[in-house]
Amino acid sequence: MDSLTSLIDGFGTALTPAHLLWAAVGVLLGTAIGVLPGIGPAMAVALLLPVTYGLEPTAALIMFAGIYYGGMFGGSTTSILLNTPGESAAVVAAIEGNPMAKSGRGSQALAAAAIGHFAGGMIGTVLLVALAPVIADLAVDIGAPDYFALMVLAFIAVTSVLGRSRIRGFASLLVGLTIGLVGLDQMTGQERLTFGSLQLADGIDVIIVAVGLFAVGEALWVAARLRSGNQGPIPVGRPWLARSDVRRTWKPWLRGPVIGFPFGAIPAGGAEIPTFLSYVTEKRLSKHKDEFGKGAIEGVAGPESAASASAAGTLVSMLTLGLPTTATAAVMLAAFQQYGIQPGPLLFDREPDLVWGLIASLFLGMFLLLLINLPLAPVWAKLLRIPRPYLYAGILFFAAVGAYAVSGEAVDLVILLVIGLIGLGMRRYGLPVLPAIIGVILGPAAEQQMRRALQLSDGSLSGLVNTPFAVTVYAVIALILLWPLVRRLVTSGAGRARRGSRTP
Amino acid sequence: MTNEPTKDGTRTPAEPPDDDARDAPDGRGGDGGGDGGDGKAVGGGTATPDGGGRLALLRGRSELGVCVLLLAIGVLVLVDARTMDTGYAQRGPVGPEAAPTVIGIALLVVAALLAVDVLRGGRGEAEGGEDIDLDAPSEWRTVLLLAGVFLATAFLIGEVGFPIAGALLFWGAAYALGSRAYAGDPLVAAVLSVVTYTVFNNLLGVPLPGGPLMEVL
Repeated sequence: MDSLTSLIDGFGTALTPAHLLWAAVGVLLGTAIGVLPGIGPAMAVALLLPVTYGLEPTAALIMFAGIYYGGMFGGSTTSILLNTPGESAAVVAAIEGNPMAKSGRGSQALAAAAIGHFAGGMIGTVLLVALAPVIADLAVDIGAPDYFALMVLAFIAVTSVLGRSRIRGFASLLVGLTIGLVGLDQMTGQERLTFGSLQLADGIDVIIVAVGLFAVGEALWVAARLRSGNQGPIPVGRPWLARSDVRRTWKPWLRGPVIGFPFGAIPAGGAEIPTFLSYVTEKRLSKHKDEFGKGAIEGVAGPESAASASAAGTLVSMLTLGLPTTATAAVMLAAFQQYGIQPGPLLFDREPDLVWGLIASLFLGMFLLLLINLPLAPVWAKLLRIPRPYLYAGILFFAAVGAYAVSGEAVDLVILLVIGLIGLGMRRYGLPVLPAIIGVILGPAAEQQMRRALQLSDGSLSGLVNTPFAVTVYAVIALILLWPLVRRLVTSGAGRARRGSRTP
Repeated sequence: MTNEPTKDGTRTPAEPPDDDARDAPDGRGGDGGGDGGDGKAVGGGTATPDGGGRLALLRGRSELGVCVLLLAIGVLVLVDARTMDTGYAQRGPVGPEAAPTVIGIALLVVAALLAVDVLRGGRGEAEGGEDIDLDAPSEWRTVLLLAGVFLATAFLIGEVGFPIAGALLFWGAAYALGSRAYAGDPLVAAVLSVVTYTVFNNLLGVPLPGGPLMEVL
């Protein structure tokens, strides 16, 4: 009941005209940027960060949440109408959504996706309201060794669960951790990797790293391999669903969050796995199995709902533990830190107005998104026709704005370019970007927690494993690390079958 | 940048066949990423273009550049950690050199493991995407142009202010990416830049330098 009254207070915060305006601006911008081909939610959030610099924290984060959810709504439009999704979570939506659009059922696909996002987001956010304060309460007691263990878990999980090559994931993580080292040591003021440069002594701003890796790196990589003669988007009318469609989609909409939410909350890479699991589930449960692969509406409804719910799940661990599980959440964490706010168990006590205002605005944002996405889908679809040179020139332009706005120094643009070139190299050689960004953001915090824990134990390494919680987390880490070995021993055949079906 | 001619000489003529066209960029890739990492240049430089049969080996070798780069970063981090003045202001048993030491050693280990993986035939999968044609030969010229435009913006922004520098960035980038609307592009760039400046500076409260142009207006 306690969280219910807090939530009502939150609505009080979110429903002020100014905050409502920023929420509306956020969902509009988020949808627009999300629809633009080639821009996933992480890049959208990174590019739009500077927009919020001049705002007070609550307004900024409310706008941000709108961008986050808006980006996901917009992204499914791209994958359905263009077929080549810009981000991993939208891959599944394209499997069924694009054939539907091709066979003239694009309107139904868009509607199933939009309502799926709405349902998943709603259910996910309700679960967030119910669970976040509980988890925050539990987490208040956990200490430095536990935090360190959790962060190591995040590192291991993003490098091991996702991606095709672990070693490349680790390489990426270490690059991120190294970037995180640059600057003054937080505890002693010792300069690290600054090479005597005053500019580097301040450290490299996380925003610049995020914008560099996501936006500049991506734009340069696309520039190197720009596809000539893009196939245009499939024209589409206003989204609507016939009664027979609703009969097929309401169950997937409700099942999606059950799969999506828990996966969002754990560091397993966000929406990629749950959307796929939801797809497989719907395929198994459907009465129209033969339609799968040729445009089955269940295959759009379920995964899209799971994706939105996983976004809400992501917020649980981000807000209560300060642990980002996706690239988008990592950038959001950076946004929090920009305002000197540290997400964690104490956030709910220290900044109740902000947190509950943010959560309430998620509910409002969802309604706004449904409103602007259902009737206006054909308008958004027009954005897909943007000439590619303008699109990527625009990305570079706004990346420059964002990096420059951080501190108003031109040197930041040079650093941005260097990090962008690193991002280009990573894409060329298959190093995933997510571990790097998690490394940059969590690395310094993990180091602090480690040193604090070892300080308490007077340097003995046992200080890292002296709580049951930490031991449990390390056991999970060991399991993740040994999983390929275990799987090979137990089910050598099943593993191969699953991998085969993952690449549609 | 210095060894580009030799590589270009040997590679560019081999472009038409699909396979060779694909690894041609590897050699020049090192040069393109020169600011980011010389390791790649080393890897790319060692690769010798041969028939399509050697393709896997070539690609693998260019990826060894990544290992060299990781190795270099690892050594750099370790040297930096070793030369740290750890005596002063130390609080607790773990000093500022501990984390860099761990990360540095891990970088060396990963560099070695990645090298082993590459030599055994593993290769990084280049990232696909909406507008990415993985079968197309890479246009490193475009990347270089974009990097140049971006650097120019960094130097110009303090001199001529954001509206002009931003417009030049957009126009230059669009040109590099193949847009050739000689009337439309500058117009779009100017409008975008001025509108962005006004919105950020006046509406959102994010200060950007106006430069001489805004002083005149």
